[in-house]
This record gives sequence, C-alpha cells and structure tokens, in this order.
Amino acid sequence: MNRSVIISFGLHTFFVIITAMSLPFLAKKPIDLPPIISVELIQITDKTNIPFAPKARKIIEKVKEKEKKLVSEQAPPKKIKKQKPDAVPLPDEKIEKIKKIKDKKQNPEKIETEIKQISEFEKKELFDSNNIAALIDKSKVESAETNKKLDKVTQDQDKEMDFIGLTLGEEDALKAQIFGCWSIPLGLPFNENLLVRIKLQLKPDGSIIRSEILDHARMNRPGQGFYKVLAESALRAIKLCQPLRVPSTGYERWKDMQLNFDAREMLEG
Amino acid sequence: MLFRYLFLLLVILPIKAFALIEVDITRGNLNPLPVAVSPLAIDKNSKDNFKKILKKENLGSEIAKIVENNLKQSGLFNPLNKDAFLQEPDIANLKPRFEDWNLIKAQALVTGKVTFVDEKLRVEFRLWDVLAGKEMMALAFTTVPSNWRRVGHIITDKVYERLTGEKGYFDTRIIYISEEGPKTNRIKKLAIMDQDGFNNKFLTLGNELVLTPRFSPTNQMVTYLSYFRNLPRVYLLDIETGMQEVVGDFPGMTFAPRFSPDGKKIIMSFAKDGNSDIYTMDLENRIVERISNHPSIDTSPSYSPDGKYITFNSDRSGYQQIYVMNSNGKNVKRISFGNGLYGTPVWSPRGDLIAFTKLHKGKFYIGVMRTDGTGERLLTENFYQEAPSWSPNGRVLIFYRETKTNSKGEGFSAKLWSIDLTGYNEKMVETETDASDPSWSSLLSN
Repeated sequence: MNRSVIISFGLHTFFVIITAMSLPFLAKKPIDLPPIISVELIQITDKTNIPFAPKARKIIEKVKEKEKKLVSEQAPPKKIKKQKPDAVPLPDEKIEKIKKIKDKKQNPEKIETEIKQISEFEKKELFDSNNIAALIDKSKVESAETNKKLDKVTQDQDKEMDFIGLTLGEEDALKAQIFGCWSIPLGLPFNENLLVRIKLQLKPDGSIIRSEILDHARMNRPGQGFYKVLAESALRAIKLCQPLRVPSTGYERWKDMQLNFDAREMLEG
Repeated sequence: MLFRYLFLLLVILPIKAFALIEVDITRGNLNPLPVAVSPLAIDKNSKDNFKKILKKENLGSEIAKIVENNLKQSGLFNPLNKDAFLQEPDIANLKPRFEDWNLIKAQALVTGKVTFVDEKLRVEFRLWDVLAGKEMMALAFTTVPSNWRRVGHIITDKVYERLTGEKGYFDTRIIYISEEGPKTNRIKKLAIMDQDGFNNKFLTLGNELVLTPRFSPTNQMVTYLSYFRNLPRVYLLDIETGMQEVVGDFPGMTFAPRFSPDGKKIIMSFAKDGNSDIYTMDLENRIVERISNHPSIDTSPSYSPDGKYITFNSDRSGYQQIYVMNSNGKNVKRISFGNGLYGTPVWSPRGDLIAFTKLHKGKFYIGVMRTDGTGERLLTENFYQEAPSWSPNGRVLIFYRETKTNSKGEGFSAKLWSIDLTGYNEKMVETETDASDPSWSSLLSN
C-alpha cells in the first residue's frame, strides 16, 4: 500500500514538474512593450531664433562639460592611435577631431546645414560644434539603450513566435517574391477549385530541400487536367524563386512551410 | 500499475509542437512564359528528300518557326531567341542539358525530330519542364509532307494545352470576305486561310455579293449569304469537298445565318411582311420556324454552346440592345444597359461570355459581357469595327476594322484583327486583300 502511494506521489510530482517546465505559456510574462516616444515637429526657425539668455548659457555649459566626457569615451581607439604620441591635443583641436569622426558617422550635409543655420543667427560663443556632436552622441546613447530594451522584447517575442508563425512583414516579403515568379496559366477555368497546396522543407538560406503537392492524387484524376497544369506552374514558381526570402532567424519555426496557391482571384478578375 | 503510469506519462508528456506555417499566394504575374523552341533535328537524307518535295532547305527549322510564331501570337508565351541556345537540336532532343536552358531563363523547352519515312513526314516532339528537369509530353505524327504547316499548328496546340490548361486554337482556319476595288464598286469573294494567314484560297469568283460566312461548330461546313439576282440566298458549303447547296431563298432583308451548336439547324433573321424576326431552319427537313415575334427589328441571333439559349439584338426598347431568350423564343430578357447601341452578339464557345459590337459617341468598340449582362468590358476602340467571332477555345476574338487611309478621310482599308480577352494582345491578321466578316473554324484535328 505504502509502496503504491510513494510511486504515485513520485510520478505525480514528476508529471507536474515536467508540465511546468515544458509549457512556457504557463509562465508567460506580459509583453513588455517599449514606451511610446512622442516627437514634436517644429519649424527650424523657432529653434534658431530663441533669444540668448544668461541662464541658458549656464545650462549649455554644464551639458558641454558632461558631453565632452561622453564623446571622448566613445571615440574609436584606432583614431586615437594615429595621433602623435608626444603631442597633447589642444582642447580646440580635440573638438575638431571629434567633429571629424562624427562627420564620418552622420550624414555630413545635414550637420553642415544645421551648423550654418545656427552660425548665421547666434553669437560666436553660443555656437559650439562639440555641443552638437555631444547632443548627437547623447541621442545615440539613448537610442542604444532603447534598442537594448527593444532587443529584450524581440527575444522574448521570438520565443513566443516559435508557436505563432511568420510576422506580417516576413510573410509579405515572401509573398511578394513568389508573386513575381508565378506565371498563372491563363487558360484555367475560373469557376473550379483552383487551390494547390504545396508543403516545403527549407534550408536555413531559403533554398528548397523538398517540395510536395499535398493533393497529388488529384493531378492524375480524369477531368482534372487543369489542376495538374496549375500545380506544375506553382512548382515552377517555387523553383524559380529559390532561395526563398525567409527570415534570417527562427529557422525552427519556418523550416517546414505550406504554400497555398490560389488562382481564383486572378482568373475571375 | 507502474507501467500504466509510465504509459500515461509518455502520452501526456507535453511535446513542444510547431504549427505548420501556411502562406496564401493569391496573385501571380501575367507575363508571357519564357519558352525555348529548339529547331527540330533532321538527318541529311530526310533533309534532302524534303528539299526535293517541298523546296524547303530545313524542314525542322521551318516547323519550329511555325510553333514559335504561334506561341508568340498568343501573347501568353515569350519564345526565346535562338541565338542564345547553347545546345544543338539533335542532342537537345535526346536529353536536354537543363542547366543550359535554365541559364537563358527558359521555363519550357520544345525539342523534336523530323524524318522522311515511306514517302511520309514523321515528326516527333517533346515538351520539357526546364525548372523541374522532366519531360511533360512526347508525341509523334505521321502525315503527307504537304501537311507540314498543320503539323506545326498541331504541335503548338498540344504545347499550349499542356502549359495553359485550355485547348489551343492554332490548327484552325478562318473564312472571310475578301474585298477588292473602290468602295462604290467592291468585288467581294469568299476566302479561307489558316489562322496565321497562310494557305489563302478564294472559294467564289466574285460575280455575286457574298456576306456573313459562318463555320459550323461541328464540322468543316460553312453557311453564308449571297445575293443572286438581287435576292438573298443562304448557301451551305462543304470546305473539304467544295460541294455547295442552296438552303433557301428568303424574302426581304435576310441577315447573318449561323449554325446551331449541333450543326443541325441554321438560325437567321429575315424580314417578313416588313417585320424582321428570328427564324430557324432545320437542315434535314428544311422546315422554317419563327422564334421571335415582335414588331421591332430583331437580328444577329447566336446560340449558346449548349443550345438552350439564343442571344440577339433588338430595338424593342427604342435603341438597339442585346437580349437573351430561351431557344424556343420564350423568356426574353434584355442584358445590355450601357450607353450607346449594341449589336452582333456572339456567344462564347466556353459559354461564359457574349462578345458584341458597341457604337457610342461615334466610335465602335468590341467588347465582352457575361451572359447576364454584367461585367461589360470594352476590349478595343476604333473608327469603325464590327463582327467579332470567337476562337474555338473562347480566348481570342477576330473582327474586322475599317481605317481611313489618309488624314483627309479619303479611301479606306478593311483588315482583320484579333484581340484576346485581356485586351492587350491586339494584332492584325495578314490577308492578301482587304478583308471583312471573319468566322473562326473549330479545331481541324479534333
């Protein structure tokens, strides 16, 4: 009696643990959505015509000091190596170099325009290229942080998507590719059942390992000649299109895929 | 007991299952399918023999040209330039190197062989799916050498049917009215040619006015109208034997005799007591039966392919419009409601559409509509064009178009044109003379 109870207890415990471990949706966390970033669009003149205020100057100088550090920390080490070992760069020169690095990273024309506009309206001391570079860098740091956050969300979602399928964007990309490859046989009767289902086994690069017409028996059925023509055209489309435009990640979720070729819409139109 | 638990555990043990991703493909492209037509291989002995008989340097290439031209004219295929072919015809016929054909973007390949056997022409051909790397079809024909053009057309029909899913229309003929001379003194002859304009023959001498020839849907018979001593007469002509017979003399204005789908009756309109109605004549007993009975002008009748309905045009609503009625004349329904005048309705051999001529704001249109009048589509527009006739597969329409020959509008020219249901593939059909009133035959090889 006792033995049976122990075995029963042991197996039940084992069962509960296995269930809890292998059903991830039980432990599903609520999706951590990224915060909405509101962007206000303003006229550039509104910004550049802001009257100079002594209070603002202090704030700008504070930001300048903080951002200087950030900028120098982010400067690529290779560039620093190229500097003469003995030479101690003057602050202005340092700023110049940082500006050059930033120029390479960002759209140079855009920055030039911004600088030009500011220099036309502001006093010389207010204009500080380092400040702009620092602001850009600050935004980069912020965006990097946001990206990190987003990455976290994507990874979480990726796990969930193992069970969901392709995203709308991924599906649209694949569809668009196959649309271009599929030459629909125009002679088919539009009032018949013109649906061909093809199961694919794919390699990670999107090329096809195996393709199988799911309703293969229909191809050789009398009076179903049009189905054979349609199925062959669908197979040609797949072969012509390969490698298929598949997502770069999550191979497990799309390595087997079913394409449903439906010509009714095209032939009826 | 323990085993029971273990079994239960294995069954219930949750396995991480992936749902199969399904993607619906509901659109494709309508671009012509790239197809390579390799010249048919021919051995030296056969080449010499055919050169003697047919005065053709290389019959294999000539037949391939016919296939290529037919496929191109259909608008559904894009035959690739032969200069790009990497494989010789004789080797390609045995076993194509699909990589070579794939390289030039061919999706289908036609290869074949021509031989001279017992004074006859033997043609083998194969259709290959280049992307799948497999044979789709292989056939051989034996015929008299003079039939070599027909062999090309039959091959095209087979290729077309295999790749599009519908029957072809290439091994067919077109009967039409050949026109010569000034408009005031026009000489009109009955003429027949292959659908690609070759093998043109005149069937009448041009002494009498001939009009509206129509092919029988079941065999190579033609009915047409001719004015003998200014009286309209309906004739029957057997194209194969050349035998001609008078079906009957009819009073007043008689128009457009046309066969019933079984070929046993002729339907037409003629004016009796000043009233034009639709009548049928049984070709066996020559009994004439009145189908429509209305004080308006009813003309241009055409049967549905199953013979149950008749479409015709009538001005009973005040303007010429298209109507459909049962084959016994009951249940008349107007189906055209658009602006303008509608005429010459012709029921498609597929049964799904009615082709018509429309006159609106001084312009003529050839169009199609469903049999209930919905889905009207105007395929082509011009200064003057009419009389559409369907290809046997119901995909292409042939009609005639008159054009002004100069900017002042002096003189005119009448030519045959074809257009497919997409409305994009419009082509002039070459004829030796001016031409009007075309009618397309059924497939000769059926």
